[in-house]
Amino acid sequence: MNPIFWLPEATSLAERVDHIFYGLLALSALTLLLVFMLVVVLAVRYRRGSAARRGPLPEIVNREFEIGWTSITLFLFLFLFWWAASADLRSLAAPADALEIHVVAKQWMWKTQHPSGAREIDALHVPIDKPVRLLMTSQDVIHSFFVPAFRVKQDVLPGRDTEIWFLPTRTGVFPLLCAEYCGTDHSMMRGRIVVMRQQDYAEWLTQQPEGDDLAHEGARLFVARGCSGCHAQSSSVHAPKLAGLYGRTVQLSDGRQVKADDGYIRDSMLQPKRDIAAGFEPIMPSYAGLLDDGEVQSLTAYIRSLAAQTGKADD
Amino acid sequence: MTDALLTGDLPLPAHPDYLRDGTSLTSWLTTTDHKRIAILYAITITIFFFMGGAAITAVRLELFMPNGGLLTSDAYNKLFSFHGIIMVWFFLVPSIPNTFGNFLLPLMIGAPDVAFPRLNLFSWYLTIAAGAFTVYALLAGGVDTGWTFYTPYSTMFSNSHVFAAAAGVFVVGFASIATGVNFIATTHMLRAPGMSWFRLPLFVWATYATSLIMVLATPVLAISLLLVMAERWLGLPIFDPAQGGDPILFQHLFWFYSHPAVYIMILPAMGVVSEIIPCFARRRIFGYDFMVYALIAIAGIGFFVWGHHMFVSGQSPYANLIFSFLSFVIAVPSAIKVFNWTASLYRGQISFEAPMLYALGFVGLFTTGGLSGLFLASIPVDVHVTDTYFVVAHFHYIMVGGAVSGFFAGLHFWWPKVTGRMYPESWARFAAILMYSGFNMTFLPQFVAGYLGMPRRYHTYPPEFQIYNVMSSSGAAVLALAYLLPLGYFAWSLFYAERAGNNPWGASGLEWTTTSPPPPKNFDRQPRVDRGPYDYHPEGESAGLNPPEVQNAREVR
Repeated sequence: MNPIFWLPEATSLAERVDHIFYGLLALSALTLLLVFMLVVVLAVRYRRGSAARRGPLPEIVNREFEIGWTSITLFLFLFLFWWAASADLRSLAAPADALEIHVVAKQWMWKTQHPSGAREIDALHVPIDKPVRLLMTSQDVIHSFFVPAFRVKQDVLPGRDTEIWFLPTRTGVFPLLCAEYCGTDHSMMRGRIVVMRQQDYAEWLTQQPEGDDLAHEGARLFVARGCSGCHAQSSSVHAPKLAGLYGRTVQLSDGRQVKADDGYIRDSMLQPKRDIAAGFEPIMPSYAGLLDDGEVQSLTAYIRSLAAQTGKADD
Repeated sequence: MTDALLTGDLPLPAHPDYLRDGTSLTSWLTTTDHKRIAILYAITITIFFFMGGAAITAVRLELFMPNGGLLTSDAYNKLFSFHGIIMVWFFLVPSIPNTFGNFLLPLMIGAPDVAFPRLNLFSWYLTIAAGAFTVYALLAGGVDTGWTFYTPYSTMFSNSHVFAAAAGVFVVGFASIATGVNFIATTHMLRAPGMSWFRLPLFVWATYATSLIMVLATPVLAISLLLVMAERWLGLPIFDPAQGGDPILFQHLFWFYSHPAVYIMILPAMGVVSEIIPCFARRRIFGYDFMVYALIAIAGIGFFVWGHHMFVSGQSPYANLIFSFLSFVIAVPSAIKVFNWTASLYRGQISFEAPMLYALGFVGLFTTGGLSGLFLASIPVDVHVTDTYFVVAHFHYIMVGGAVSGFFAGLHFWWPKVTGRMYPESWARFAAILMYSGFNMTFLPQFVAGYLGMPRRYHTYPPEFQIYNVMSSSGAAVLALAYLLPLGYFAWSLFYAERAGNNPWGASGLEWTTTSPPPPKNFDRQPRVDRGPYDYHPEGESAGLNPPEVQNAREVR
């Protein structure tokens, strides 16, 4: 539970967001004060029948005045845009060494999986001072991964991966909330993020029940679901080989080019007719409905792991 | 001796005003008089307003406790959805345009009626039909998608009456479009001789700008809801990602309408306030032409900021930047308007009847709401506070603090013209102050709760937010009282209050030159216009104590 009257700043981002927030708050308070003062002072001074001077209006009250405050407002707002936008741009890309956690959302729970294969429900343990990157997908409707103390929020979509990253800077337990309305128990779709010291995290991981990591599980599924029947090196079916595929630019039969990223690989499994690789027949059946989102993530992780082995697999 | 005799005209034969020109129910239900249609709308939206209000009363009661206890989660979700759908499409969107717009637009431009009187009546019947769909959805068991109908929840996962509710909103959209077309045509074609564009009162400009948005944006709402209905009932996979659809497409379509819709709600209120402040300050509005350009700029730029509702939806970060930029830009014309209203008080002769109190309250609340909009235009801050109570507070400041205050301001200001009776001033002032206080008590704590991380649409919530919810719910009780009060004293005034003269406020503007209530065709003689609006004092002078010289028609019918 967060405190009642303030919100902890538990990531590197939180501090930056709060700077902007408090800057805007000060500016708003000043503006509001100015407008209220003006309204009250003018209303009292120029109440009907008061002795305040009226007569011909002074020269200053004219068009230049109007243009003046319009330009001041405009420049002020442009400055605010620049300030906020540059903070946003700085935090876009996750560092390369980030810990990669997979998140699957469904009505009304969060499932998380660590690189080691350890899984959690409605909870996520992470080490302090190490960037964490979340790859998220939903099995049903749109959810939103919201950790107020981290100042991060990202919608979690069905049929697509979205990601965010953060760098925890403070140990403790912080609420995780679903912020996008997702049906009956939307408000119960809560969890907790536990930020631990690094050695505690390592220890915690060893105590988790054994689980295959995603790529290993993907390798198992690759055989179990019959993918290997066509896509394995030894197969005689004319199908694209997957080693070294991830991250490469793929030529499609209709002349387009796409980058083989997570989205492309997911689409190729679930809607194979959409992007046909050049030189191949559209013979692959769709796996939509046969693979759940967790399995799609595992298979994607497996295909990604093959990219590292390009050299020996291509011979 | 009447004015007419004084000026040397022959007296016209006496005839009943529009309220007494036919008293049967049929004469009301088949009327094409824009003033009577305005009354029909006023009654309709009042009923809807209290329906939406009843729904949110239950919600606010439930939120006293972190774990509720009065309602099930499903009931809670249906109540806030009903509140949103009713308040947005059946109260706020038609509120000022269809009541005051209908009543005043022809009067203000010196016309006998709107351009298409029968279309006007048809639009009211569409509203009734649409309301029937939506209320049916409630009675049949409710709809639980929120007013936003987000896919794929609304298309594939909700077991509630999405189809009926969406159909209701789809139909009421056509009422909006019909009204918009009617007002645009009226403003173009039916202005009195001498009423050039830059002599139009700002309320007319605001109504005109609103009509443009209605006509251009509402079809997109119709398209998006039609697609939801098509997917729900025909199974067309438009938003289903498993079949190649895109749920985010719906959000783009929806907000392409719904962001401009915010301006459909607030521009008319700005128009109302721009009439009232000059009248009670006895001043020309400061920077009339800038006010006009600001209205048009808001209406125009309003079409290009919809993406700021979607900063965390997974849309491109570069798109986010563009939408953030444009959202800051659109704040400029709003700021201009606030400065100009304030500057219009300078060297005025200000009096503080209820309409003025509401109008000044509007300026304060709109400014607060607008400033909180800057937080939401800043991407990193928006990421944190979007979908929390911060956003709830923000849009209620604009749409309730702004639009509803504007509505009540107009209601008091034009009540004498509409009904021919004054309202009880002390009660009205009391209600205005109560409404302002109750509003801030309700929604100010929500900014704090939102920043601390309380998500919106939460039936149960973490206990640390209870204090803010208790404050908010208590404020809502005050606010509810403030909304019920006018219902009482307005009803009382219809029968017992003193009769109003033609121009009780000493206001400029053509609507005050005819009788209160006006005759069926508004003016006995064709008005001719020979001056700009807000002619309360000579150019370059300060306010005087005398009401403006009435401009009226000496011309023969």
